[in-house]
Amino acid sequence: MSSSSDAKAAPYSQTLLAGLWRENPVFRLLLGMCPTLAVTAAVKPAFTMGCCVIFVLLCSNVIVSLMRNLLKPHLRILMFTLTIATFVTVADLFLKAFLPRMSETLGPYVPLIIVNCIIICRAEACASKNPLVVSIIDAVGMGVGFTLTLCVLAAVRELLATGKVFEVQLMPEAFVPWAAMSMPVGAFITLGLLLGLVNAATGKKA
Amino acid sequence: MDTLNVLLMGFISVVLINNLVFTKFLGICPYLGVSGRIDMAFGMGMAVTFVVTLSGTLTWMIDNWILMRLGLEVTRYVCFILVIAGAVQLVEMYVRKFFPSLYESFGIFLPLITTNCAILGLCLFLNLWMIDNLLDAVVRSFGAGIGFTMAICIMAGIRENLKMADVPECLKGAPITLITAGLLSLAFMGFAGMIR
Repeated sequence: MSSSSDAKAAPYSQTLLAGLWRENPVFRLLLGMCPTLAVTAAVKPAFTMGCCVIFVLLCSNVIVSLMRNLLKPHLRILMFTLTIATFVTVADLFLKAFLPRMSETLGPYVPLIIVNCIIICRAEACASKNPLVVSIIDAVGMGVGFTLTLCVLAAVRELLATGKVFEVQLMPEAFVPWAAMSMPVGAFITLGLLLGLVNAATGKKA
Repeated sequence: MDTLNVLLMGFISVVLINNLVFTKFLGICPYLGVSGRIDMAFGMGMAVTFVVTLSGTLTWMIDNWILMRLGLEVTRYVCFILVIAGAVQLVEMYVRKFFPSLYESFGIFLPLITTNCAILGLCLFLNLWMIDNLLDAVVRSFGAGIGFTMAICIMAGIRENLKMADVPECLKGAPITLITAGLLSLAFMGFAGMIR
């Protein structure tokens, strides 16, 4: 979007697509790295995490957008954080109640959504300036973009670490699993290489 | 003697074996952002150490002495984030007043400590590791800060040299930093067998 008139004319689909690729939170904005690295040892936790983030992002964007005219500038961030913390508590309790095993796998990374930069960044950059509908669309786009990225990263790591993706054997029997891929090393290196790949594909200079 | 032993073990384990950056992926954002120069990295590390010690101790006290007694564990996250935001505000005012040049060079990263996952992460891990006395909590919080400082300083040192290396165009910046971090984390895995 080059100018503000463009931004107004841009249909909602633009906002939606921005989160998916052009402003993809992980690959392009480098936001929310901690959960990206931590929960991507397998696709299932990565997907669950993505859903939690979508839920929190959506709810907090709605609330922030609704109260955007009441916010005092210096208390803004505090209000964002409190809103987010409330919804993260809801998501965490939901996981504990209905998916206890998944909740254990994800451990402290669910509460850590509170400090996930994506959510506060969207609240600040989008929801606090835009009406409800745009905020909702933006939240969905960003959330889905984040989830897809997590799943891609997790799929690569799970495939190389166990030879399976989503519990489905994909590699031939003779494949020797790379145990290192499920460890922190694998997370860092896979993400680094994927980022490089995205940069190379889009011709972006660092 | 026994307590001292426990404290020392806790400290070493959180600095080397459970290093927040390399094994728990916490604090990656400032780790990628500020690790360009070693003096800034050290300043950032010190700021984080201070905030994490303060907020780790405070949240442990609030969690164990107030929330658990009153059965208010549900409000834990909200309380934690409030304490951290308060502590960061304190540090920010202090640094702005007494070290203006340092404040300038931190730029956006100082207020961002609030959203540094290392801090909230540690507060949550203290709860998860079931630390049951105050001294242990303080020592581990401090150790976490030192571990973070160490990680970010090592990285800054490497990146200063990396400037002279011939890195492929598409890997410049964040990608090569992440790959380097991966290799460092591999090195840190060597500490895993040190204590149980």
